[in-house]
Amino acid sequence: MIGLEHYLTVAATLFVIGIFGLFLNRKNVIILLMSIELILLSVNINFVAFSSFLHDMAGQVFTLFVLTVAAAEAAIGLAILVCFFRNRGTIAVEDVNVMKG
Amino acid sequence: MIQADLTVILPEIVLALFALLALVAAVYTGKDKLGPTLVWVTAALMLLLGLWIGTAPAGTQEAFGGMFINDGFARFAKVVILLSAALVLVMSQEYMSRRGILRFEYPVLVALGVVGMLVMVSAGDLMTLYMGLELQSLALYVVAALRRDSVKSTEAGLKYFVLGALSSGLLLYGASLVYGYAGTTLFSGIIQTAQHGEVSIGLLFGLVFLISGLAFKVSAVPFHMWTPDVYEGSPTPVTVFFATAPKMAAMGMLARLLFDAFGNAIPDWSQVIAVLSLLSMFVGSVAAIGQRDIKRLMAYSSITHMGFALMGLASGTVFGVQSMLIYMAIYVTMNIGTFAFILMMEKDGKPVTDINALNMYSKREPGKALAMLVLMFSMAGVPPMLGFFGKFYVLRAAYEGGLAWLAIAGVVASVIAAFYYLRIVYFMYFGKDGEELDTHRSPVLWLLLTASAVVMVAGIVNMFGVDGAAAAAAATLLN
Repeated sequence: MIGLEHYLTVAATLFVIGIFGLFLNRKNVIILLMSIELILLSVNINFVAFSSFLHDMAGQVFTLFVLTVAAAEAAIGLAILVCFFRNRGTIAVEDVNVMKG
Repeated sequence: MIQADLTVILPEIVLALFALLALVAAVYTGKDKLGPTLVWVTAALMLLLGLWIGTAPAGTQEAFGGMFINDGFARFAKVVILLSAALVLVMSQEYMSRRGILRFEYPVLVALGVVGMLVMVSAGDLMTLYMGLELQSLALYVVAALRRDSVKSTEAGLKYFVLGALSSGLLLYGASLVYGYAGTTLFSGIIQTAQHGEVSIGLLFGLVFLISGLAFKVSAVPFHMWTPDVYEGSPTPVTVFFATAPKMAAMGMLARLLFDAFGNAIPDWSQVIAVLSLLSMFVGSVAAIGQRDIKRLMAYSSITHMGFALMGLASGTVFGVQSMLIYMAIYVTMNIGTFAFILMMEKDGKPVTDINALNMYSKREPGKALAMLVLMFSMAGVPPMLGFFGKFYVLRAAYEGGLAWLAIAGVVASVIAAFYYLRIVYFMYFGKDGEELDTHRSPVLWLLLTASAVVMVAGIVNMFGVDGAAAAAAATLLN
């Protein structure tokens, strides 16, 4: 029987993979966008699992909002990335270093 | 029913509709030629909305089943947000027109971002909170990369986007845990769950994730990495915007979340906020010492200031919230004046951000140097400037809230921070003769710089009634 904790474990695993993807990846900014997507989708699994467990619709409504925002966020991220590529000629993470912070 | 709901969010609707209409109108007519007009119209509208909200009758209204709360606290934050955004637009027009970066999208994006901020401070539900936050963040990512042909600006946009999205992800994960363990996303429901005995471990986890997500937005250490780069890379008028309205919005939202949803678990989050505050104050002060770029310096300065504002929240009392609101109002006023000065720093028509360029500035421009001196003293918290009273209020709140160690640490941090503020003053009055900045006459910037400096001195009489308003606002949040 697959219960709530299984879903939560999967979501937590995906979330952690997403976070690690953001910090360990040195190659490509596109991978950062994928990691961000992974984080948001893992949260969606959490919401849907809780929603079904609690018999409450609010979680699923929240999921729809998150999906919509994730789409908008990806669009804006890619747009900024295209501008960056035009100026810098590369999208390697190591080359995002004109300013040292 | 729905009509009553819509009346409550009427200011937000007006601003959002305006932004959409302005976008369509500008696309179909003059495009970027409309930029300057649109900036002034947007600023005027924000000013009017600020006055409207500011003079609205007191009292708490809820809309959409408690998802949107319009109380005294929200109104105070909204007035600060709207007025500062309007002033930022007014400041940017001349600077951006001259450099050909005033696209008509700029005022539209700022207006949309402000709508997001207004929703943030009024959120009564995790969903409203998230939607407001994202509307604000998405608009800000784009304005950071406004100068499309500059590597620095697009890099700032990219960094802000990646770290901002990460923080939204953390916040959402926290929201999902809170939803799961409280069974509702409404703040009024979450606070009841906490009332029944102990706060469950899942709820605490969710709370910590929510706080870390929001700490990104207020740029509190250890979530501050993006701040210096984004401040440096963005065009200066955009930097001013980042330093003012979004900070107030994020602080307001943090306060609302902590007190409205977790008001029964104050000891649980108070220590987390206290640690964030301590780290922000010290890292901000120490890291700023090595900075030569005035925009990066202001970034670290804003990190330090956020640390002080968080100190007010950490105390977990009504007075703490009041002191936070006063601190933020003063901080925003100081920053507008200081950035008006930075916007005027240029050489041969190009913006200069190196603080060495300020050498002996007082000889050539005694008036502006004096205004900047007042602002720097106020930022450092030197009595009798208004900035001192801001610090005094939060320190008192921390002390009365049982965080005497934090108050002492705050005093030490403000002494460290005073070093780099006073260094700017030193350069202006006693520095070596060096390259000379252009004598730049922009009436708007000059007026804002002078007004801000005058407020810092004249405000000590009665703070223009802001402390009374903040007290009333704080009282509504905690009831």
